[in-house]
Amino acid sequence: MTDAPVELQDRPAGRGEPILSVRNLVKHFPLTQGVLFKKAIGAVQAVSDVSFDLYPGETLGLVGESGCGKSTTAKLLLRLEKATSGQAFYKGRDIFTMKKKELRTLRRNIQIVFQDPYASLNPRMTVGDIISEAWEIHKGVIPKGERGQKTQELLEVVGLDPGHTNRYPHQFSGGQRQRIGVARALALNPEIIILDEPVSALDVSVQAQVVNLLEKLQNEFGLSYIFIAHDLSVVRHISDRVAVMYLGRIAEIGTQEDVYEKPSMPYTQALLSAVPVPDPRARDRKKRIMLQGDVPSPANPPSGCRFRTRCWKAQDICAEEVPALIDRGQGHPAACHFAEIEKVVVDVESA
Amino acid sequence: MTQETGVKYETRERDYEGHLLEIEDLAVEFRTPYGVVNAVNGISYTLDPGETLAILGESGSGKSVSAQAIMGIIDTPPGFITRGSIRYKGRDLLTLPESERRAVRGREISMIFQDALTALNPVFTVGWQIGEMFRVHRGASKAEAKRKAIELMDRVRIPSAKDRVNDYPHQFSGGMRQRVMIAMALSLDPDIVIADEPTTALDVTVQAQIMELLHELQAETGMGLILITHDLGVVADVSDRLAVMYAGRIVETGNVYDIYGNPAHPYTEGLMASIPRIDQKGEDLNPIKGAPPNLMRIPPGCPFHPRCPYVRQRCVEELPPLYEVTAHRRSACHYWQEVISTKEPARD
Repeated sequence: MTDAPVELQDRPAGRGEPILSVRNLVKHFPLTQGVLFKKAIGAVQAVSDVSFDLYPGETLGLVGESGCGKSTTAKLLLRLEKATSGQAFYKGRDIFTMKKKELRTLRRNIQIVFQDPYASLNPRMTVGDIISEAWEIHKGVIPKGERGQKTQELLEVVGLDPGHTNRYPHQFSGGQRQRIGVARALALNPEIIILDEPVSALDVSVQAQVVNLLEKLQNEFGLSYIFIAHDLSVVRHISDRVAVMYLGRIAEIGTQEDVYEKPSMPYTQALLSAVPVPDPRARDRKKRIMLQGDVPSPANPPSGCRFRTRCWKAQDICAEEVPALIDRGQGHPAACHFAEIEKVVVDVESA
Repeated sequence: MTQETGVKYETRERDYEGHLLEIEDLAVEFRTPYGVVNAVNGISYTLDPGETLAILGESGSGKSVSAQAIMGIIDTPPGFITRGSIRYKGRDLLTLPESERRAVRGREISMIFQDALTALNPVFTVGWQIGEMFRVHRGASKAEAKRKAIELMDRVRIPSAKDRVNDYPHQFSGGMRQRVMIAMALSLDPDIVIADEPTTALDVTVQAQIMELLHELQAETGMGLILITHDLGVVADVSDRLAVMYAGRIVETGNVYDIYGNPAHPYTEGLMASIPRIDQKGEDLNPIKGAPPNLMRIPPGCPFHPRCPYVRQRCVEELPPLYEVTAHRRSACHYWQEVISTKEPARD
């Protein structure tokens, strides 16, 4: 091991060593011009200096609006995209310098479930083939003779009829397809599952079924989840810790309670206050922070704090200096020079 | 605070009897090669000026199809309106000749679609597309239409409208495109605007901006707003009255405070129990079992009975009518009294 990851500030008590550590992760997508002779004219800074830890058995929620870099982060961790710089340690080994063989083991241990259950399953393969395909690649995990039975077991684990191994994806509903995606992810007994918007495409009544299933599986198999979503209510429900992202940076990170009850970075406050509470009584009691304008382009992000162009607290220093993601007395790290707790979500039941 | 239904607006002259919009027993089916899809199966509701009526439902509940029927934009074939009436200011739109219907569409009843990028034409400037409303419906000149377009873009708070009027849809962000859609919908000062999932494709901070804009514009113009959505949060935030749809029927309708306070239909109750809330860490979610039915094979009796924790033999045999719960509230459940008297939804 060359260099161990630097310790972060938000280490939760009693969780042991992180299973995954991400340090100063950067991803720039080059912007090119011209057809024959491509010329780089800039870069989309999708992920900029992102650091976090994932502990065994926990769910880390990654939230943010479109274009904030949360899905790119997921792809970098699986090396589906090449990171521009930074490191990611899986049990102390740097993912980005792994050789082919080691990478293969990594991908066994880190699995991903995608958002769209219609696009992520091959329509020409049966459910049984989809689930057992992983065992063709990672030979030796399950011997050939036992694969049929193991497939049926997995279907049962995710709440599907084990007799349906010969059916095709189109014969299932959206919620059932997402269960197939989860069964496929479980096939190799992974330790970490990255869930990229796993319930966003599902109807409300079905969403809850899948969320409950994910929670059940986590308890049963001791899985660690990175749960990527834009739905702040679902993230609060399922996460132990939450990281809020804005324009490629982490704006605030902490336990679910820290972030939702004690938001300290203005963007987090604005984001939380924008979520409609499913209770009409909350209408008049809610504090509402209306953000002006749109998110700036990640190809040309503002200097200093990236939120400063829309921030009501912005001072000169915000344009000059990138605010560090540290605890400034609020109890958890927030990337704001003027971090200050302000509760914006009021529970009408207890109010 | 009284929560009476239907805010009455006196800002507009009323030259008709009854409600601004009255839908009665509307049914729509799609005749496909695989069978008949019963998308809407006899729904009735009313809308008054200045009022926001939310139509809440999941995919396939018929909420969008019923809106398309009001607009008269159902593709026929395969879609057919098989019965019912849609009375706008006392006139049944379904029996109007197409020329008169066209005069209503866009001018008196207009619609905002979910996906502004597909709803807008990519090869024309937004100014041209907004202006088209004035050129087609009002016979305005090009210059006049463009001036009006800038005015409207200002009204929906698109910054520097004068410079952006010649931009194409792809040059706008998602939120700004939805503002363009709203500008078009409001251009001819309609009495009714139907917003079909207007913020579903948008980020939550942008959603808040758009809902705020719609709210302000409604207060300015006194228009009636039909908000079609699957989002229980959005409904709670903005609507006066609510109709919950399931398998092409309205299963519960009433004032939004009453319904959220204590649902009178098991489906509504189930929906509320299955969503996580931003304001609470909460307990386990209590989802509705199963999935919505295939609209080619809607279960007999109450369409919700295979998923219902209150189910009895009667539910399998007899389609429940909309029972009167209170003067302004209806529930299509034989056992609504039981549903309303249990505070927590039943678990299986």
